[in-house]
Amino acid sequence: MSVRSLLPARRPVPGVFVALALTLAIGWLVVTIDGGQLFNQSTTVSLLHVAAGLGLVAVGQTLVILGGSLDLSVAYVISLSTLVAAETMNGSDGAVLPAIGLALTVSAAVGLLNGLLVTRLRINAFIATLGVGLLLKGYLDSGYDGPAGTTAPTLVQTLGYQRVGPVPLSFLLLVVVTGAAWFALSRTRFGHHLVAVGGDPTVARLSGVRNDRVLVTAHVLCSLCAGLAGIYLASRLGSGAPRVGTEGLYDLESIAAVVIGGTALAGGRGGVVGTVGGVLLLAGIDAIFNQLEVDAFFKQVIRGAVIIAAVAVYAHRAVRKAAS
Amino acid sequence: MSDPRPVPLLALRGIGKSFLGVRVLHGVDLDLAPGEVHAVVGENGAGKSTLMKIVSGAYAPDDGTVEFAGEARVFRGPRDAQRAGIGIIHQEFNLLPERTVAENVYLGHEPVRRGLVDRREMVRRTGQLLASIGETALPADTPVGRLGVAQQQVVEIAKALALDARLLIMDEPTAALADHEVELLYGLVRRLQERGIGLLYVSHRLTEVFDLSDRITVLKDGHRVDTLWTADTTAGELVRRMVGRELSHYYPDRAGPDDLGPVRLTVRDGGNRKLRGVDLELRAGEVLGVGGLQGSGRSALARALFGVAPFTSGAVTLDGAPVRLRSPRTAIRAGIAYVTEDRKGEGILARQSVLDNALLAGRAVFAARSGRTARTGRARELLAAVEVRAAGDDQEIRFLSGGNQQKVVLARWLALDPRILLFDEPTRGIDVGAKAAIHDLVRRLAREGAAVLMISSELPELLGMSDRIVVMRDGRIAGELPAGATEEQVVALAVDATRERVQ
Amino acid sequence: MRTVQPRPLPMRLLRARPGGILPILAILAVLLVLVALRQPDFLAPPSLMSFLGRSAPVILLAAGQYFVIVSGEFDLSVGSLVTAQVVVAARLIDSDPSRTWPVVALLLVGGALVGLVNGLITTRLRVPSFITTLGMFLILVGAVYLWSDGAPKGGLSEEFRRYGRRAFEDVPVLGRVPYALLVLLVLVALAVLLMRSDFGRTLVAVGDNPRTAELSGVRVWRTRTIAFVLSGLAAAVAAILLGGYSGVSFQAGVGLEFGAITAVVLGGVALGGGRGSVVGAMLGALTLELLFALMNFYGVSGALRSTVQGAIILLAVAVSATRNASRQGET
Repeated sequence: MSVRSLLPARRPVPGVFVALALTLAIGWLVVTIDGGQLFNQSTTVSLLHVAAGLGLVAVGQTLVILGGSLDLSVAYVISLSTLVAAETMNGSDGAVLPAIGLALTVSAAVGLLNGLLVTRLRINAFIATLGVGLLLKGYLDSGYDGPAGTTAPTLVQTLGYQRVGPVPLSFLLLVVVTGAAWFALSRTRFGHHLVAVGGDPTVARLSGVRNDRVLVTAHVLCSLCAGLAGIYLASRLGSGAPRVGTEGLYDLESIAAVVIGGTALAGGRGGVVGTVGGVLLLAGIDAIFNQLEVDAFFKQVIRGAVIIAAVAVYAHRAVRKAAS
Repeated sequence: MSDPRPVPLLALRGIGKSFLGVRVLHGVDLDLAPGEVHAVVGENGAGKSTLMKIVSGAYAPDDGTVEFAGEARVFRGPRDAQRAGIGIIHQEFNLLPERTVAENVYLGHEPVRRGLVDRREMVRRTGQLLASIGETALPADTPVGRLGVAQQQVVEIAKALALDARLLIMDEPTAALADHEVELLYGLVRRLQERGIGLLYVSHRLTEVFDLSDRITVLKDGHRVDTLWTADTTAGELVRRMVGRELSHYYPDRAGPDDLGPVRLTVRDGGNRKLRGVDLELRAGEVLGVGGLQGSGRSALARALFGVAPFTSGAVTLDGAPVRLRSPRTAIRAGIAYVTEDRKGEGILARQSVLDNALLAGRAVFAARSGRTARTGRARELLAAVEVRAAGDDQEIRFLSGGNQQKVVLARWLALDPRILLFDEPTRGIDVGAKAAIHDLVRRLAREGAAVLMISSELPELLGMSDRIVVMRDGRIAGELPAGATEEQVVALAVDATRERVQ
Repeated sequence: MRTVQPRPLPMRLLRARPGGILPILAILAVLLVLVALRQPDFLAPPSLMSFLGRSAPVILLAAGQYFVIVSGEFDLSVGSLVTAQVVVAARLIDSDPSRTWPVVALLLVGGALVGLVNGLITTRLRVPSFITTLGMFLILVGAVYLWSDGAPKGGLSEEFRRYGRRAFEDVPVLGRVPYALLVLLVLVALAVLLMRSDFGRTLVAVGDNPRTAELSGVRVWRTRTIAFVLSGLAAAVAAILLGGYSGVSFQAGVGLEFGAITAVVLGGVALGGGRGSVVGAMLGALTLELLFALMNFYGVSGALRSTVQGAIILLAVAVSATRNASRQGET
């Protein structure tokens, strides 16, 4: 047993932050050579806005993935949440709170359904959440052709556009949600049990953890995060948008951010801080490409490749670790 | 034998248990006093693990009573037994490698203050627990995955103690430990004893049993043979009591001198992560038995020869020519077949038909060689020849009995006319009739010129079937015995009864 | 009980066991009755033939998805592959009939290549297939938009389009037989033959228990990769038929992957692999198309298709999950 291995457990800074720093440094260099500016006010603000939306979803996704599950329905929950919020408000400031409450309740109900399908009916999470996603998609497709409802002006002015210096209010919301999730994971029994269930369900059960209840809670929280992201997007867009979740690829991107952030896709290892790193990395790449005026479709090609490559790198490491 | 101390911590009276009509425990009695180390020994299949699972609440006994701390108890499950104060340390640890020592120890009952997990308190209490069993060097906030096996074992023990365990069951606790780590475990056991904790110690290693225990209970075929004071007995005496069963059925005649053919396979100084310095010779026409304890490297040997986890050092020859068996596919092409120990996980395609199961290897490896109709016809012949009983060859194999499943697996390999057959526990979980059929088949294959290597935990089978026996221990070949060896000789080699006792 | 003997073939096909095609045939029959009650004309040979021709691409995609699913993986890239192929075909042919055949060949090669990449990344780099194929989805959609600057260019030749929309007219009894239906019948026959071949049985074996397969000499990674290639090829053929039938658009393949998965599940194929028949998967696709037609007759919004698919997936998987759970006691 070496000395190093007995050092107290500082959970290591995920490699994602190194990657993030490198990406931003190289991006800055390239953009500067190209004659642009990566870190001026407007690019920073838009980067943080992108990060806020994706980050809220990804933090929730982290919780279910840590528990060994997965949620592919988030994109549809986001769209649904924008519509519920915007239609309930219908432009009136007085209805902000009930609208937010309703949007979150609907989201939580979807999460509950996901959780029950995964735990009670023992349907593979990928299939269960895909199926629920399709249910929602059908509802959205049949009920809406385009934007609907109007977000209350106060919400647009605050959550949508207000900033503290270069930092949007929405990004602060992400910081708060991330902090809460981090706190829940490290300081509550739920968090400890969730990571245990993801790490080894048998060990967790034998240690007295109620696996099903923990997983259902995680699914509800994940959907709540997606619902929150929907409310943010509604205040950004000024109305409900039935396709915003799928067009923003929030399902795949949130999973990618989680994996890039060092959380094991099989569960049991990782955390929300790494996920935020992953989100910033994806948003950073986005900002750099924007500055270089790279074609939007080319960006998408690169994203697909980055996601596969990131997962491949982690899979490779896991295999090597298992072999040693 | 009476117990000198007034109230035993644990008293088992007349424990009996059957599985699917097969009786595995017959009226077993056992007492354990606080602070006592009580060893339970016996061959593979003697009923030790079933008995331990009854004590730890995983199984309910069919007959008899479990009294714990003076009260008759019926545990509804392992959690129930844990809460009552019975902890069990399995060979496979129940720990989360990514979580810290403290998080593992308190999983499921984390200390809470104002609704939040009190990490500092958790680490502090874990440190206290560890210190109380003499482990001061183990930081409570290290991830368990970074610890060595011995330290992980300490964490398992601490996890049990955190639940106020008064009785600890240790199942082969030294199986995974290096020699110097065994010494640490000895110290730990002593300290647990001083705290008044009773220990049930299941082990094959007689050295430890003699070093640690106060009393020894010997089980054989589900019966308690005797309970002895450790101080009054010897290793030889113990081995004699563990073995010596009636032969349950007749085995086919062994190979005569004329049956032995040329050397088919040799291994010189073969090694990999689980094996060291293996030298082996396998002749056409013989059945070479491989004995040894669970985890002694028996299966690793078969897997190395079949290319699943190949030898990384040493040399292998096949019919005199050097070969590299780097995958199952190359091994199969070289004429080797492997009947695995884990039939469900590695042997059958549970949801496919009997016929598809029988055709699997032929289709995969020799698809181009023979016509499909011919191959299917051959498979049907073989299924009939090994007397598979099924509703039809399109029946899903999972609905067949274990013995019939095994026959289908055999038919799969026989279709390839293998020259070397590796059998890993070929009759485990199989009824007596099918067992005899498989024994006959193995012998017939040898007589027809195949070289057979057969791993078995069942001593009568090993002795009854083998023309020669090698016994493995700690990844090495501990010794070789001729046909006609006794159970005692095999056990002595496997448990290393000849090793000097540590004082 | 007796020693094993072969059982006559018809018995084997119809036995009601998990993965058999009896349930899907029953559902299909019920739907046909409902259609007959509501819209008897639909069952007249000419319209029925047209319906079958129209359904051909989806049925082929279901077959392709079946190969991947029965081996234990998923292919979520097929919809985007179809879109990409249609758009690429239009631009390359650029309404020039002489380019038809080279482009058809190119599409098939392209489909196989995408499948190969999906397969290799999944099996060799051990990336879960849903990530691999969703990533491929992004790449294909992005690439095809990029290549065509955001709007489809060129056009398909009449030679190319006829497979999707022309038919042998005035056929006795049947009325008309679409080319697509003939293509379908040929490929159905090939798929059935393939699944009865050594490769087909090995593919199912890999999905049932990859450990057992590996230890019996199967190259599991190779087998699964071939399944992805087959799925890519099926997508290419589907793209040719779809492009012919409905023309060039970025929407050509949208959502087809979910339709294919739904069809496969509906046809009694177990997600996770090892059980179910290719005929069942294709009947599943036919049933799904018929269900959509029926929804249309009853005036249900077509936009609800996804909801129906989601419900079917959840229902089918839940039913097979509970069936398996109750069955575990038997062994």
